[in-house]
Amino acid sequence: MDAGKLPPLLLLHPDDNILVARRDIAAGERVEIDGQSFAMPVAIELGHKLARRALAADTRVLKYGAPIGSMKMAVARGEHVHLHNLRSDYLPSTSREIGASLKTDADHH
Amino acid sequence: MNAVAKTRLSLKGYARRDGRKGIRNVVAVAYLVECAHHVSRLIVQKSGSDDVHLIGFPGCYPNKYSLEMMQRLCTHPNVGAVLLVSLGCEGFNREQLRRTIAASGRPVDLLVIQQSGGTTRTLNAGLEIVRKMRAELAKQTAVPMAIDELIVGTVCGGSDGTSGITANPAVGRCFDWLIEAGAACIFEETGELIGCERIMASRAVTPELGREIEACVDKAANYYRIMGYGSFAPGNAEGGLTTLEEKSMGAYSKSGSSPITGLIKPGDVPPRGGLYLLDVVPDGEPRFGFPNISDNAEIVELIACGSHLILFTTGRGSVVGSAISPVIKVCANPDTYDRMADDMDVNAGRILRGAELDDVGREIFALVESVASGELSKSEALGHQEFILTYKQFEPIGPACLPAA
Repeated sequence: MDAGKLPPLLLLHPDDNILVARRDIAAGERVEIDGQSFAMPVAIELGHKLARRALAADTRVLKYGAPIGSMKMAVARGEHVHLHNLRSDYLPSTSREIGASLKTDADHH
Repeated sequence: MNAVAKTRLSLKGYARRDGRKGIRNVVAVAYLVECAHHVSRLIVQKSGSDDVHLIGFPGCYPNKYSLEMMQRLCTHPNVGAVLLVSLGCEGFNREQLRRTIAASGRPVDLLVIQQSGGTTRTLNAGLEIVRKMRAELAKQTAVPMAIDELIVGTVCGGSDGTSGITANPAVGRCFDWLIEAGAACIFEETGELIGCERIMASRAVTPELGREIEACVDKAANYYRIMGYGSFAPGNAEGGLTTLEEKSMGAYSKSGSSPITGLIKPGDVPPRGGLYLLDVVPDGEPRFGFPNISDNAEIVELIACGSHLILFTTGRGSVVGSAISPVIKVCANPDTYDRMADDMDVNAGRILRGAELDDVGREIFALVESVASGELSKSEALGHQEFILTYKQFEPIGPACLPAA
Protein backbone atom coordinates (compact mmCIF):
# COMPACT_ATOMS: atom_id res chain seq x y z
CA MET A 1 0.00 0.00 0.00
CA ASP A 2 1.29 3.47 -0.89
CA ALA A 3 1.73 5.24 2.42
CA GLY A 4 1.42 8.64 0.72
CA LYS A 5 -2.18 7.94 -0.25
CA LEU A 6 -3.31 6.98 3.23
CA PRO A 7 -5.69 9.46 4.89
CA PRO A 8 -3.67 11.55 7.38
CA LEU A 9 -6.29 11.24 10.15
CA LEU A 10 -7.30 8.06 11.94
CA LEU A 11 -10.70 7.37 13.47
CA LEU A 12 -9.92 4.64 16.02
CA HIS A 13 -13.52 3.87 17.02
CA PRO A 14 -16.86 4.98 15.55
CA ASP A 15 -17.92 6.56 18.87
CA ASP A 16 -14.79 8.72 19.11
CA ASN A 17 -15.05 12.52 19.03
CA ILE A 18 -11.32 12.95 18.32
CA LEU A 19 -9.09 11.86 15.43
CA VAL A 20 -5.40 10.94 15.59
CA ALA A 21 -2.73 12.23 13.17
CA ARG A 22 -1.12 9.37 11.28
CA ARG A 23 1.77 11.70 10.31
CA ASP A 24 2.76 15.32 10.85
CA ILE A 25 0.13 17.57 9.22
CA ALA A 26 0.84 21.22 8.28
CA ALA A 27 -1.46 24.13 9.12
CA GLY A 28 -3.65 24.88 6.13
CA GLU A 29 -3.31 21.36 4.69
CA ARG A 30 -6.64 20.03 3.44
CA VAL A 31 -7.82 16.91 5.23
CA GLU A 32 -11.09 15.02 5.28
CA ILE A 33 -13.18 14.78 8.41
CA ASP A 34 -16.21 12.52 8.04
CA GLY A 35 -16.21 12.96 4.30
CA GLN A 36 -15.93 16.75 4.35
CA SER A 37 -12.84 18.55 3.17
CA PHE A 38 -11.42 20.80 5.83
CA ALA A 39 -8.39 23.14 6.11
CA MET A 40 -6.30 22.41 9.20
CA PRO A 41 -6.47 25.44 11.53
CA VAL A 42 -3.15 24.46 13.18
CA ALA A 43 -0.23 22.08 12.54
CA ILE A 44 -0.58 18.67 14.20
CA GLU A 45 2.25 16.24 14.95
CA LEU A 46 2.16 12.48 14.50
CA GLY A 47 0.23 10.81 17.31
CA HIS A 48 -1.57 13.98 18.43
CA LYS A 49 -5.36 14.45 18.54
CA LEU A 50 -7.80 16.89 17.01
CA ALA A 51 -11.51 17.49 17.48
CA ARG A 52 -13.67 15.49 15.09
CA ARG A 53 -16.50 17.95 15.66
CA ALA A 54 -17.11 21.07 17.80
CA LEU A 55 -16.84 20.04 21.46
CA ALA A 56 -18.48 21.96 24.34
CA ALA A 57 -16.75 22.48 27.68
CA ASP A 58 -17.03 19.39 29.95
CA THR A 59 -17.61 17.05 27.00
CA ARG A 60 -16.25 13.56 27.68
CA VAL A 61 -13.55 12.90 25.12
CA LEU A 62 -13.64 9.39 23.63
CA LYS A 63 -10.63 7.59 22.09
CA TYR A 64 -10.65 3.84 21.28
CA GLY A 65 -14.35 4.27 22.22
CA ALA A 66 -13.30 4.86 25.85
CA PRO A 67 -13.29 8.07 27.91
CA ILE A 68 -9.83 9.68 28.20
CA GLY A 69 -10.84 12.89 30.04
CA SER A 70 -13.10 15.96 29.75
CA MET A 71 -12.82 19.21 27.81
CA LYS A 72 -11.79 22.21 29.93
CA MET A 73 -13.24 24.57 27.32
CA ALA A 74 -15.17 24.54 24.07
CA VAL A 75 -13.20 23.89 20.87
CA ALA A 76 -14.08 24.08 17.20
CA ARG A 77 -13.81 21.18 14.78
CA GLY A 78 -10.21 20.46 13.75
CA GLU A 79 -8.60 22.08 16.78
CA HIS A 80 -5.69 20.42 18.54
CA VAL A 81 -6.96 18.57 21.63
CA HIS A 82 -4.20 18.35 24.23
CA LEU A 83 -3.04 19.52 27.68
CA HIS A 84 -4.30 23.10 27.17
CA ASN A 85 -7.93 22.09 26.72
CA LEU A 86 -8.35 18.48 27.93
CA ARG A 87 -8.09 17.34 31.56
CA SER A 88 -7.83 13.92 33.17
CA ASP A 89 -10.83 12.63 35.11
CA TYR A 90 -8.31 10.80 37.35
CA LEU A 91 -4.91 12.36 38.01
CA PRO A 92 -3.29 15.52 36.63
CA SER A 93 -0.52 15.06 34.04
CA THR A 94 3.03 16.09 34.88
CA SER A 95 5.39 18.65 33.38
CA ARG A 96 9.18 18.85 33.63
CA GLU A 97 8.84 21.59 36.28
CA ILE A 98 9.55 20.04 39.68
CA GLY A 99 6.59 20.14 42.02
CA ALA A 100 4.15 21.38 39.41
CA SER A 101 1.44 19.51 37.63
CA LEU A 102 0.58 20.93 34.24
CA LYS A 103 -1.91 23.73 34.68
CA THR A 104 -5.35 22.55 33.90
CA ASP A 105 -7.19 25.87 34.11
CA ALA A 106 -8.87 27.25 31.03
CA ASP A 107 -7.37 30.72 31.62
CA HIS A 108 -3.88 29.35 31.00
CA HIS A 109 -4.75 28.54 27.42
CA MET B 1 -6.08 -17.36 12.48
CA ASN B 2 -3.98 -18.88 13.22
CA ALA B 3 -1.04 -20.07 11.23
CA VAL B 4 1.36 -18.67 13.78
CA ALA B 5 0.64 -20.81 16.82
CA LYS B 6 0.52 -23.97 14.74
CA THR B 7 4.13 -23.67 13.59
CA ARG B 8 5.15 -24.89 17.08
CA LEU B 9 8.84 -24.47 16.51
CA SER B 10 10.83 -26.29 19.10
CA LEU B 11 12.81 -23.90 21.26
CA LYS B 12 16.04 -24.64 23.08
CA GLY B 13 16.32 -24.48 26.84
CA TYR B 14 18.55 -25.36 29.79
CA ALA B 15 16.81 -27.75 32.16
CA ARG B 16 16.66 -26.75 35.84
CA ARG B 17 15.97 -28.91 38.87
CA ASP B 18 12.56 -27.24 39.53
CA GLY B 19 11.32 -28.39 36.12
CA ARG B 20 11.59 -25.03 34.43
CA LYS B 21 13.89 -24.36 31.49
CA GLY B 22 16.02 -21.33 30.76
CA ILE B 23 16.56 -19.75 27.33
CA ARG B 24 19.92 -18.35 28.52
CA ASN B 25 22.57 -19.78 30.83
CA VAL B 26 24.13 -16.79 32.55
CA VAL B 27 26.35 -16.38 35.58
CA ALA B 28 24.85 -13.71 37.84
CA VAL B 29 27.19 -11.64 40.00
CA ALA B 30 25.06 -10.10 42.74
CA TYR B 31 26.09 -7.29 45.08
CA LEU B 32 24.17 -7.33 48.35
CA VAL B 33 24.69 -3.65 49.20
CA GLU B 34 25.80 -0.62 47.18
CA CYS B 35 29.18 -0.81 48.96
CA ALA B 36 29.86 -4.08 47.09
CA HIS B 37 28.63 -2.75 43.73
CA HIS B 38 31.96 -1.57 42.32
CA VAL B 39 33.82 -4.79 43.12
CA SER B 40 30.97 -6.80 41.57
CA ARG B 41 30.98 -4.60 38.48
CA LEU B 42 34.74 -5.10 38.11
CA ILE B 43 34.30 -8.87 38.27
CA VAL B 44 31.63 -8.71 35.54
CA GLN B 45 33.64 -6.36 33.32
CA LYS B 46 36.94 -8.19 33.69
CA SER B 47 35.29 -11.58 33.10
CA GLY B 48 35.13 -10.41 29.49
CA SER B 49 31.91 -12.32 28.85
CA ASP B 50 28.46 -11.06 27.87
CA ASP B 51 27.04 -14.07 29.71
CA VAL B 52 28.12 -12.74 33.11
CA HIS B 53 25.42 -10.34 34.35
CA LEU B 54 25.46 -7.81 37.16
CA ILE B 55 22.46 -7.67 39.51
CA GLY B 56 22.09 -6.56 43.12
CA PHE B 57 20.36 -4.58 45.82
CA PRO B 58 21.83 -1.29 47.04
CA GLY B 59 20.18 -0.88 50.45
CA CYS B 60 21.87 -1.60 53.79
CA TYR B 61 18.59 -2.18 55.66
CA PRO B 62 16.91 -5.58 55.45
CA ASN B 63 13.66 -5.80 53.49
CA LYS B 64 11.46 -8.85 52.93
CA TYR B 65 10.58 -7.85 49.36
CA SER B 66 14.17 -7.38 48.22
CA LEU B 67 15.26 -10.70 49.72
CA GLU B 68 12.33 -12.45 48.03
CA MET B 69 13.16 -10.73 44.72
CA MET B 70 16.83 -11.68 44.90
CA GLN B 71 15.89 -15.30 45.66
CA ARG B 72 13.57 -15.39 42.65
CA LEU B 73 16.09 -13.71 40.37
CA CYS B 74 19.03 -15.89 41.42
CA THR B 75 16.96 -19.03 40.80
CA HIS B 76 15.46 -17.74 37.53
CA PRO B 77 15.65 -20.39 34.80
CA ASN B 78 17.91 -18.16 32.66
CA VAL B 79 20.49 -18.12 35.49
CA GLY B 80 22.92 -21.05 35.65
CA ALA B 81 25.19 -20.03 38.54
CA VAL B 82 25.51 -17.17 41.03
CA LEU B 83 28.37 -15.36 42.76
CA LEU B 84 27.20 -13.27 45.73
CA VAL B 85 29.35 -10.30 46.79
CA SER B 86 28.82 -8.86 50.26
CA LEU B 87 30.71 -6.05 51.95
CA GLY B 88 30.22 -7.81 55.27
CA CYS B 89 28.33 -5.49 57.62
CA GLU B 90 25.12 -4.89 55.62
CA GLY B 91 21.69 -6.13 56.73
CA PHE B 92 20.97 -8.37 53.73
CA ASN B 93 20.31 -12.00 54.70
CA ARG B 94 23.09 -13.40 52.51
CA GLU B 95 23.05 -16.86 54.11
CA GLN B 96 19.37 -17.39 53.34
CA LEU B 97 19.94 -16.26 49.76
CA ARG B 98 22.91 -18.61 49.43
CA ARG B 99 20.92 -21.55 50.85
CA THR B 100 18.02 -20.89 48.46
CA ILE B 101 20.34 -20.85 45.45
CA ALA B 102 22.21 -23.98 46.60
CA ALA B 103 18.90 -25.79 47.16
CA SER B 104 17.97 -25.04 43.53
CA GLY B 105 20.96 -27.11 42.38
CA ARG B 106 22.92 -24.16 41.02
CA PRO B 107 26.59 -23.54 41.68
CA VAL B 108 26.78 -20.64 44.16
CA ASP B 109 29.60 -18.92 45.96
CA LEU B 110 29.83 -16.00 48.38
CA LEU B 111 32.62 -13.47 48.75
CA VAL B 112 32.65 -11.12 51.73
CA ILE B 113 34.91 -8.19 50.88
CA GLN B 114 35.84 -7.48 54.50
CA GLN B 115 36.96 -11.10 54.93
CA SER B 116 38.57 -11.48 51.51
CA GLY B 117 40.91 -8.58 52.15
CA GLY B 118 39.51 -5.71 50.11
CA THR B 119 38.87 -4.77 46.49
CA THR B 120 41.74 -6.40 44.63
CA ARG B 121 41.73 -9.71 46.49
CA THR B 122 37.96 -10.01 46.16
CA LEU B 123 38.17 -9.17 42.47
CA ASN B 124 40.81 -11.82 41.83
CA ALA B 125 38.92 -14.43 43.84
CA GLY B 126 35.68 -13.48 42.04
CA LEU B 127 37.25 -13.80 38.59
CA GLU B 128 38.51 -17.29 39.42
CA ILE B 129 35.09 -18.35 40.73
CA VAL B 130 33.30 -16.96 37.67
CA ARG B 131 35.80 -18.69 35.34
CA LYS B 132 35.08 -22.06 36.99
CA MET B 133 31.32 -21.46 36.95
CA ARG B 134 31.42 -20.65 33.25
CA ALA B 135 33.44 -23.78 32.52
CA GLU B 136 30.83 -25.83 34.38
CA LEU B 137 27.91 -24.17 32.57
CA ALA B 138 29.62 -24.76 29.22
CA LYS B 139 29.24 -28.51 29.82
CA GLN B 140 25.43 -28.22 29.96
CA THR B 141 23.62 -28.95 26.73
CA ALA B 142 20.39 -27.34 25.67
CA VAL B 143 17.30 -29.54 25.49
CA PRO B 144 14.14 -29.08 23.39
CA MET B 145 11.65 -26.67 24.90
CA ALA B 146 8.04 -26.03 23.88
CA ILE B 147 6.23 -22.72 23.65
CA ASP B 148 3.95 -23.78 26.50
CA GLU B 149 7.00 -23.75 28.80
CA LEU B 150 7.60 -20.09 28.06
CA ILE B 151 6.71 -17.09 30.22
CA VAL B 152 6.68 -13.76 28.36
CA GLY B 153 6.31 -10.35 30.01
CA THR B 154 5.45 -7.05 28.39
CA VAL B 155 6.19 -3.48 29.41
CA CYS B 156 5.90 -0.12 27.71
CA GLY B 157 8.29 2.78 28.11
CA GLY B 158 8.46 6.18 26.49
CA SER B 159 4.89 5.84 25.25
CA ASP B 160 3.42 8.36 22.82
CA GLY B 161 0.30 8.83 20.71
CA THR B 162 1.34 5.98 18.41
CA SER B 163 1.93 3.33 21.11
CA GLY B 164 -1.72 2.42 21.62
CA ILE B 165 -2.37 2.24 17.87
CA THR B 166 0.59 0.19 16.64
CA ALA B 167 3.07 -1.55 18.96
CA ASN B 168 0.77 -2.26 21.91
CA PRO B 169 -2.08 -3.90 19.98
CA ALA B 170 0.51 -5.82 17.90
CA VAL B 171 2.00 -7.22 21.12
CA GLY B 172 -1.59 -7.96 22.18
CA ARG B 173 -2.05 -10.12 19.07
CA CYS B 174 1.23 -11.91 19.79
CA PHE B 175 0.07 -12.49 23.40
CA ASP B 176 -3.21 -14.00 22.18
CA TRP B 177 -1.33 -16.47 19.99
CA LEU B 178 1.25 -17.31 22.67
CA ILE B 179 -1.54 -18.01 25.16
CA GLU B 180 -3.37 -20.09 22.57
CA ALA B 181 -0.14 -22.13 22.26
CA GLY B 182 -0.07 -22.64 26.04
CA ALA B 183 2.43 -19.97 27.16
CA ALA B 184 1.98 -17.73 30.19
CA CYS B 185 1.96 -13.99 29.42
CA ILE B 186 2.24 -11.18 31.98
CA PHE B 187 1.24 -7.54 31.60
CA GLU B 188 1.60 -4.99 34.34
CA GLU B 189 1.75 -1.55 35.86
CA THR B 190 -1.64 -1.13 37.43
CA GLY B 191 -0.77 2.56 37.83
CA GLU B 192 -0.75 2.74 34.03
CA LEU B 193 -4.06 0.92 33.79
CA ILE B 194 -6.03 3.53 35.74
CA GLY B 195 -9.24 4.03 33.79
CA CYS B 196 -9.26 0.45 32.41
CA GLU B 197 -10.26 -1.26 35.64
CA ARG B 198 -13.86 -2.05 34.72
CA ILE B 199 -13.01 -3.35 31.24
CA MET B 200 -10.23 -5.49 32.75
CA ALA B 201 -12.48 -6.82 35.50
CA SER B 202 -14.99 -7.95 32.87
CA ARG B 203 -12.26 -10.10 31.28
CA ALA B 204 -11.41 -11.90 34.54
CA VAL B 205 -12.15 -15.65 34.61
CA THR B 206 -14.20 -15.23 37.82
CA PRO B 207 -16.18 -12.29 39.30
CA GLU B 208 -14.04 -12.53 42.46
CA LEU B 209 -10.87 -12.06 40.42
CA GLY B 210 -12.57 -9.13 38.67
CA ARG B 211 -13.18 -7.47 42.05
CA GLU B 212 -9.53 -8.05 43.03
CA ILE B 213 -8.42 -6.38 39.78
CA GLU B 214 -10.62 -3.34 40.40
CA ALA B 215 -9.34 -3.09 43.97
CA CYS B 216 -5.71 -3.24 42.88
CA VAL B 217 -6.21 -0.42 40.35
CA ASP B 218 -7.91 1.63 43.09
CA LYS B 219 -4.86 0.98 45.26
CA ALA B 220 -2.60 2.22 42.45
CA ALA B 221 -4.66 5.39 41.90
CA ASN B 222 -4.56 6.15 45.62
CA TYR B 223 -0.83 5.49 45.84
CA TYR B 224 0.03 7.74 42.91
CA ARG B 225 -2.29 10.45 44.25
CA ILE B 226 -0.25 10.51 47.46
CA MET B 227 3.01 10.53 45.48
CA GLY B 228 1.73 13.65 43.71
CA TYR B 229 2.44 12.38 40.19
CA GLY B 230 0.71 9.84 38.03
CA SER B 231 2.79 7.51 35.89
CA PHE B 232 2.94 10.08 33.12
CA ALA B 233 6.19 11.61 31.89
CA PRO B 234 6.65 14.88 29.99
CA GLY B 235 7.70 12.91 26.92
CA ASN B 236 4.32 11.19 26.90
CA ALA B 237 2.68 14.60 26.43
CA GLU B 238 5.20 15.72 23.81
CA GLY B 239 4.26 12.59 21.89
CA GLY B 240 0.57 13.48 21.88
CA LEU B 241 -0.76 11.77 24.98
CA THR B 242 -2.76 14.12 27.20
CA THR B 243 -4.13 12.21 30.18
CA LEU B 244 -3.21 9.22 32.31
CA GLU B 245 -6.35 7.36 31.28
CA GLU B 246 -5.51 7.94 27.61
CA LYS B 247 -2.05 6.46 28.20
CA SER B 248 -3.72 3.63 30.10
CA MET B 249 -6.07 2.72 27.25
CA GLY B 250 -3.09 2.50 24.92
CA ALA B 251 -1.02 0.48 27.37
CA TYR B 252 -3.95 -1.83 28.07
CA SER B 253 -4.02 -3.05 24.46
CA LYS B 254 -0.75 -4.92 25.09
CA SER B 255 -2.84 -7.46 27.00
CA GLY B 256 -4.61 -8.65 23.84
CA SER B 257 -8.04 -10.21 24.16
CA SER B 258 -7.53 -13.42 26.16
CA PRO B 259 -9.39 -13.91 29.46
CA ILE B 260 -7.40 -12.74 32.50
CA THR B 261 -6.38 -15.89 34.38
CA GLY B 262 -4.84 -14.39 37.49
CA LEU B 263 -3.54 -11.41 39.41
CA ILE B 264 0.02 -11.87 40.70
CA LYS B 265 2.58 -9.82 42.63
CA PRO B 266 6.35 -9.50 42.07
CA GLY B 267 7.98 -12.90 42.56
CA ASP B 268 4.81 -14.94 41.95
CA VAL B 269 5.40 -17.34 39.05
CA PRO B 270 2.30 -18.12 36.93
CA PRO B 271 1.32 -21.72 37.75
CA ARG B 272 0.21 -22.50 34.18
CA GLY B 273 -0.41 -20.88 30.78
CA GLY B 274 -2.74 -17.93 30.39
CA LEU B 275 -2.82 -14.15 30.80
CA TYR B 276 -1.73 -12.64 34.13
CA LEU B 277 -1.86 -9.10 35.47
CA LEU B 278 1.12 -8.18 37.64
CA ASP B 279 0.32 -5.80 40.51
CA VAL B 280 3.50 -3.78 41.01
CA VAL B 281 2.12 -1.16 43.42
CA PRO B 282 3.16 -1.78 47.05
CA ASP B 283 0.59 -2.65 49.73
CA GLY B 284 -0.04 -0.55 52.80
CA GLU B 285 0.78 3.11 53.37
CA PRO B 286 3.23 4.57 50.81
CA ARG B 287 6.61 4.14 52.49
CA PHE B 288 9.53 3.92 50.10
CA GLY B 289 8.55 6.31 47.32
CA PHE B 290 7.33 5.75 43.78
CA PRO B 291 6.28 2.17 42.99
CA ASN B 292 8.70 1.83 40.08
CA ILE B 293 11.23 4.59 39.62
CA SER B 294 11.98 3.66 35.99
CA ASP B 295 11.09 1.06 33.35
CA ASN B 296 13.81 -1.39 34.41
CA ALA B 297 12.25 -1.72 37.87
CA GLU B 298 9.15 -3.13 36.14
CA ILE B 299 11.26 -5.36 33.91
CA VAL B 300 13.07 -6.80 36.96
CA GLU B 301 9.73 -7.62 38.57
CA LEU B 302 8.48 -9.32 35.40
CA ILE B 303 11.69 -11.38 35.41
CA ALA B 304 11.22 -12.24 39.10
CA CYS B 305 7.85 -13.69 38.03
CA GLY B 306 9.72 -16.05 35.73
CA SER B 307 9.58 -14.12 32.44
CA HIS B 308 12.06 -15.66 30.01
CA LEU B 309 11.93 -12.62 27.78
CA ILE B 310 10.34 -9.19 27.69
CA LEU B 311 8.43 -7.46 24.89
CA PHE B 312 9.14 -3.75 25.35
CA THR B 313 7.02 -1.31 23.35
CA THR B 314 8.25 2.25 22.91
CA GLY B 315 7.09 5.32 21.03
CA ARG B 316 9.61 7.97 22.03
CA GLY B 317 12.43 5.46 21.79
CA SER B 318 13.88 3.59 24.78
CA VAL B 319 17.22 1.83 24.36
CA VAL B 320 17.27 -0.33 27.51
CA GLY B 321 17.71 -4.08 27.80
CA SER B 322 18.02 -6.09 30.99
CA ALA B 323 20.17 -8.43 32.97
CA ILE B 324 18.99 -12.10 33.03
CA SER B 325 16.25 -11.99 30.36
CA PRO B 326 16.43 -10.68 26.78
CA VAL B 327 14.38 -7.61 25.88
CA ILE B 328 12.77 -7.35 22.44
CA LYS B 329 12.07 -3.76 21.37
CA VAL B 330 8.86 -3.07 19.48
CA CYS B 331 8.93 0.50 18.18
CA ALA B 332 5.51 2.14 17.88
CA ASN B 333 6.48 5.33 16.10
CA PRO B 334 7.75 5.13 12.49
CA ASP B 335 9.73 8.39 12.81
CA THR B 336 11.43 7.11 15.97
CA TYR B 337 12.22 3.85 14.20
CA ASP B 338 13.87 5.76 11.34
CA ARG B 339 16.03 7.62 13.89
CA MET B 340 16.87 4.66 16.18
CA ALA B 341 16.59 1.54 14.00
CA ASP B 342 19.80 0.04 15.46
CA ASP B 343 18.05 -0.30 18.83
CA MET B 344 14.71 -1.58 17.58
CA ASP B 345 13.82 -5.20 16.80
CA VAL B 346 10.42 -4.46 15.25
CA ASN B 347 9.07 -1.46 13.33
CA ALA B 348 5.43 -1.56 14.43
CA GLY B 349 5.08 2.07 13.32
CA ARG B 350 4.77 0.84 9.75
CA ILE B 351 1.15 0.09 10.65
CA LEU B 352 0.59 3.86 10.36
CA ARG B 353 2.00 3.66 6.84
CA GLY B 354 -0.32 0.89 5.74
CA ALA B 355 1.03 -2.39 7.19
CA GLU B 356 -1.36 -4.89 8.79
CA LEU B 357 -1.53 -5.27 12.57
CA ASP B 358 -1.60 -9.08 12.24
CA ASP B 359 1.57 -9.08 10.14
CA VAL B 360 3.43 -7.10 12.81
CA GLY B 361 1.98 -9.41 15.47
CA ARG B 362 3.30 -12.42 13.52
CA GLU B 363 6.73 -10.81 13.23
CA ILE B 364 6.84 -10.34 17.03
CA PHE B 365 5.76 -13.97 17.55
CA ALA B 366 8.52 -15.20 15.22
CA LEU B 367 11.05 -13.09 17.14
CA VAL B 368 9.89 -14.57 20.44
CA GLU B 369 10.60 -18.01 18.95
CA SER B 370 14.03 -17.12 17.60
CA VAL B 371 15.20 -15.18 20.68
CA ALA B 372 13.94 -18.03 22.86
CA SER B 373 16.07 -20.33 20.70
CA GLY B 374 19.23 -18.38 21.40
CA GLU B 375 19.30 -15.57 18.84
CA LEU B 376 20.31 -12.23 20.39
CA SER B 377 17.85 -9.35 20.53
CA LYS B 378 19.14 -5.90 19.49
CA SER B 379 19.55 -4.67 23.08
CA GLU B 380 21.35 -7.88 24.03
CA ALA B 381 23.77 -7.58 21.11
CA LEU B 382 24.44 -3.95 22.12
CA GLY B 383 25.35 -5.10 25.63
CA HIS B 384 22.37 -3.58 27.44
CA GLN B 385 22.06 -5.31 30.82
CA GLU B 386 20.29 -2.67 32.94
CA PHE B 387 19.10 -3.67 36.38
CA ILE B 388 17.45 -1.83 39.26
CA LEU B 389 15.91 -3.04 42.50
CA THR B 390 14.67 -0.84 45.34
CA TYR B 391 12.68 -1.12 48.58
CA LYS B 392 9.02 -2.16 48.55
CA GLN B 393 6.50 -3.99 50.68
CA PHE B 394 3.81 -6.46 49.64
CA GLU B 395 1.22 -8.67 51.26
CA PRO B 396 0.79 -12.15 49.70
CA ILE B 397 -1.95 -12.49 47.07
CA GLY B 398 -5.34 -13.75 48.25
CA PRO B 399 -7.04 -16.98 47.07
CA ALA B 400 -9.32 -15.11 44.63
CA CYS B 401 -6.28 -13.95 42.64
CA LEU B 402 -5.47 -17.37 41.13
CA PRO B 403 -8.92 -18.94 40.74
CA ALA B 404 -7.92 -22.12 38.90
CA ALA B 405 -5.04 -22.91 41.25
